[in-house]
Amino acid sequence: MATKKFMYVNRRAPYGTIYAWEALEVVLIGAAFEQDVSMAFVDDGVFQLMKGQDTAGIDMKNFSPTYSALGDYEVTKIYVEKESLEERGLTLDDLQHLVWEDEDEDWAEKDSIRLVSRAELAEVFAGQDVMFNF
Amino acid sequence: MSILHIVNKSPYERNSVALAVDYMRDGDTLLLIEDAVYTVMQGGKAASIIDGQKAIVLGPDLAARGIAKEKMIDGVEVVDYAGFVDLVEASDKTQSWL
Repeated sequence: MATKKFMYVNRRAPYGTIYAWEALEVVLIGAAFEQDVSMAFVDDGVFQLMKGQDTAGIDMKNFSPTYSALGDYEVTKIYVEKESLEERGLTLDDLQHLVWEDEDEDWAEKDSIRLVSRAELAEVFAGQDVMFNF
Repeated sequence: MSILHIVNKSPYERNSVALAVDYMRDGDTLLLIEDAVYTVMQGGKAASIIDGQKAIVLGPDLAARGIAKEKMIDGVEVVDYAGFVDLVEASDKTQSWL
């Protein structure tokens, strides 16, 4: 089976709806099929990656630590849209630091998050084979 | 007759917070829960929607979303679930902008 480029587009905040958690589950399951996987965080989707989430008070599972496991599943391209972050008063410092280890470079730790403009992300979308929307 | 206006939708996705504010009259209170708590983030475009309004946010929903005190705009009151109940009790009725 030829490798395809899969893009998972995340546009919802976590917890208020089930979309964010479902997307993460689908990405992790999909990772087993050895496709070329990317994730994009746009609109309220950028809120999913915020640091310091603590759900003890709302009796829901805190799935935010799971994002840091994506690198181990070879999901190493995580696009965050700059305009969405800025509109919400956020910077990269407000987000989790996500990394992956590059097998070809003696397991050097590399950043997974790529901060891109809307125009740049549109270019990335254009190069994908399949889009999944959450 | 005071109304407690409750909003649970992100101000970046729906106009519920803005509409609730438009409907508020003297003596009314705005309570932001679930995804509506993103309204109070400092530097966020939506913060201006509640300028000059008496806004109250639900603490457990702030914590779940990683919104620390220093990331919030000034003058917002934070309540827990017991405080939520007190607000409902203190108001004549509630209006949920679902």
